[in-house]
Amino acid sequence: MKNLFYLPFLLVSIFLFQCDKGVKKDYKALDVQELTKNQPEVHGSEIKEGDVTLSNPLNQDWIKAGESIYELKCLACHKLTDEKLVGPGWKGVTKTRKPIWIMNMITNVEMMLESDPEAQKLLEQCLVRMPNQNVSKEESRSLLEFMRKNDGEQ
Amino acid sequence: MKYFYYLATVLILTVLFTTCKPKGVQSAISGDSAIKAYVPPGKYDEFYNFVSGGFSGQLAVYGLPSGRLFRVIPVFSVDPEKGYGYAEESKPMLQTSHGFVPWDDLHHPALSTTDGVHDGKWAFGNANNTPRIARIDLSTFRTSEIIEIPNSGGNHSSPFITENTEYVVAGTRFSVPIGDKLDVPISSYKENFKGTVSFISVNKESGNMDIAFQIQLPGVNFDLARAGKGKSHGWFFFSCYNSERANTLLEVNASQKDKDFVMAVNWKKAEEYVKAGKGVKKAVRYAHNKFDESTHTATSTIKTEVLVLDPKDCPDMVYLMPCPKSPHGCDTDPSGEYIVGSGKLAAVIPVFSFSKILQAIEAKNFEGDYEGLPVLKYDAVLHGEVKKPGLGPLHTEFDANGNAYTSFFVSSEIVKWRISDLQVLDRVPTYYSVGHLCVPGGPTKKPWGKYVIAYNKITKDRYLPTGPELTQSAQLYSIDGDKMKLLLDFPTIGEPHYAEAIPAELLSKKSVKIYKLEDNKHPYVAAGEKNAKVVRKGNEVHIYMTSIRSHFTPDNVEGIKLGDVVYFHVTNLEQDWDVPHGFAVKGANNAELLIMPGETQTLAWRPDRIGVFPMYCTDFCSALHQEMQGYIRVSPAGSNNPLTFSTGKTTKDTSKIQ
Repeated sequence: MKNLFYLPFLLVSIFLFQCDKGVKKDYKALDVQELTKNQPEVHGSEIKEGDVTLSNPLNQDWIKAGESIYELKCLACHKLTDEKLVGPGWKGVTKTRKPIWIMNMITNVEMMLESDPEAQKLLEQCLVRMPNQNVSKEESRSLLEFMRKNDGEQ
Repeated sequence: MKYFYYLATVLILTVLFTTCKPKGVQSAISGDSAIKAYVPPGKYDEFYNFVSGGFSGQLAVYGLPSGRLFRVIPVFSVDPEKGYGYAEESKPMLQTSHGFVPWDDLHHPALSTTDGVHDGKWAFGNANNTPRIARIDLSTFRTSEIIEIPNSGGNHSSPFITENTEYVVAGTRFSVPIGDKLDVPISSYKENFKGTVSFISVNKESGNMDIAFQIQLPGVNFDLARAGKGKSHGWFFFSCYNSERANTLLEVNASQKDKDFVMAVNWKKAEEYVKAGKGVKKAVRYAHNKFDESTHTATSTIKTEVLVLDPKDCPDMVYLMPCPKSPHGCDTDPSGEYIVGSGKLAAVIPVFSFSKILQAIEAKNFEGDYEGLPVLKYDAVLHGEVKKPGLGPLHTEFDANGNAYTSFFVSSEIVKWRISDLQVLDRVPTYYSVGHLCVPGGPTKKPWGKYVIAYNKITKDRYLPTGPELTQSAQLYSIDGDKMKLLLDFPTIGEPHYAEAIPAELLSKKSVKIYKLEDNKHPYVAAGEKNAKVVRKGNEVHIYMTSIRSHFTPDNVEGIKLGDVVYFHVTNLEQDWDVPHGFAVKGANNAELLIMPGETQTLAWRPDRIGVFPMYCTDFCSALHQEMQGYIRVSPAGSNNPLTFSTGKTTKDTSKIQ
């Protein structure tokens, strides 16, 4: 009978143990900001110095291709004059910007808006992010040729 | 003193039991559940869960284990939010032989398989009320095709698929009079009403569906079905109730017999009979609707013929197996050897053996026939019965380790049992009255396992009350260990019936992001702003409109007259992921358009009064979204206002373009 005296205490400890069991505490606090940066979307690969060579006379096939891309995907926001519509007009762009700047702005706009001060300045002025218009590297080269013609090159 | 001591012991125990164990339903949740179901912000779920929307008519897509709702795919019901069934392009998807049907009841999704394993190409779904089968493309998450099923009512034992998605089947819950004698007394049920199961072929590449043949059967109610797989590939199993063939008060009258049937169909044999010309072409009317990805437009055609096989002319094609008490679920295990029947009112779960079925057929071990169909002896085809598993077994799913999980509606629980020795291993409560359940890959040859999800019919006190109508719910359990553990509750749309889950990586990689403008073959596309125009054809005015952040072209239109029908053909010129534009015009007896990048959609508008009507983009697209608007002027019927349109400074007179 005396042995049973401790029974309630024994039961108490068993139940306390069971209640605590199963709660896992060893997980790290999550850096939410870091996680949201982890976006897998990639628009294109960066065009680097040396990837583009300019030559004269202008390539007429590229001009033609560039013009039709312009009409389908760019004309809604960019005029061929220097007048700003949604984005800046194209007149003179090849005189003020490097070819790789122009082509990266077309194909890698996310990268440019994140890292290029000139691109960031333009976003502040226009307030509309230049959209990714699903233009390939080759197509952006054609657009560049069309811009050169627009700026009076032969 | 001794008395006091005992009293103290009892008191302590009572306190412990009330504080630790029986906290009502919450006691079922263990401490690490939240972590197991937690998917941190920016991280992806492990599975897509395709959950039927029941009487919403749609298919919902959730993530697992988080239970987050990603998308509701409109299938059989109109969806004004997406313009589905309102835009001219998607209206034909809901055409039937009865005309435009804006609603239905979707019960069962089925994900396509190759060699019995998920291939991530398509999901199929059934319309219960006006019998149809839909195919949903899993790269666009859109409904691509809907085919109506003739000679059918209550299309419930549908859509279930064969191992290589050769066929999708559709069986009748409600038998109906078919053929020439349609206007018959309901009391002549036994004589005039027939059930059918349809085998719809699926093109391997395009997915296009076609009713290959129907099998005409006695007027029982076909409830659910599963294809054989592995060794039983070539067979299909259907549960049937109401073998009494009652036509009124089925609650009582269809529960008279001790056993109904599981029907086994040798569909390879049926194919041979079709080739041998045993089928009879019957005159019917059914709609076949297809969505063309290049024109973004659906077309609907009416078909007038279906090939019907009668088992009387086709021996050795259909067999019946007695199954206790109005069977509901009819599920084949991953090996294809075992077929689990679930009598809704039974106290056992019978498990049939495919090898024994073949032996019994070989030995002609029949107990008789039912309406000319041979009935195999119950004991001859039985692997065994799970004894006293619970009350009201409905459905069974499987893991890869030889275990089965059966839902019990009446006793509100999931019971895990071992197929080999039919022993019950574990049980967990559900909240409340579980119907279907889902193990990822559960109906395939290769279950992915990890979780079982219960789809419940009653929620009662599980969430904050919202008046008389409450959300329905799903519950996620881990099945990694020996014991099933409740991890999460999440609310669902409509009423969830069956659901399937598939590893995220099988779909996420090939998800379409945009429609390429270069590939847009819509007859009214405006490929670039230069091609935006307004054309009058009699009293129809076609506006070829473009949208890009953040303006429409044209955004000012005049010269519309009362009595005109105005078609806004809006092309979204964006080519970036997740940049849809919306379109709405004041007073339209219609919904909005929601146009994906590179897509063209059409809103028909019949102005009912003169005036100037605003139109605007409904989907917040950029910092200048509030500026994305325009006006359209409607003049009296006899007005001489020329048709003009413009955006910005340029105005063109199109009165010469007729």
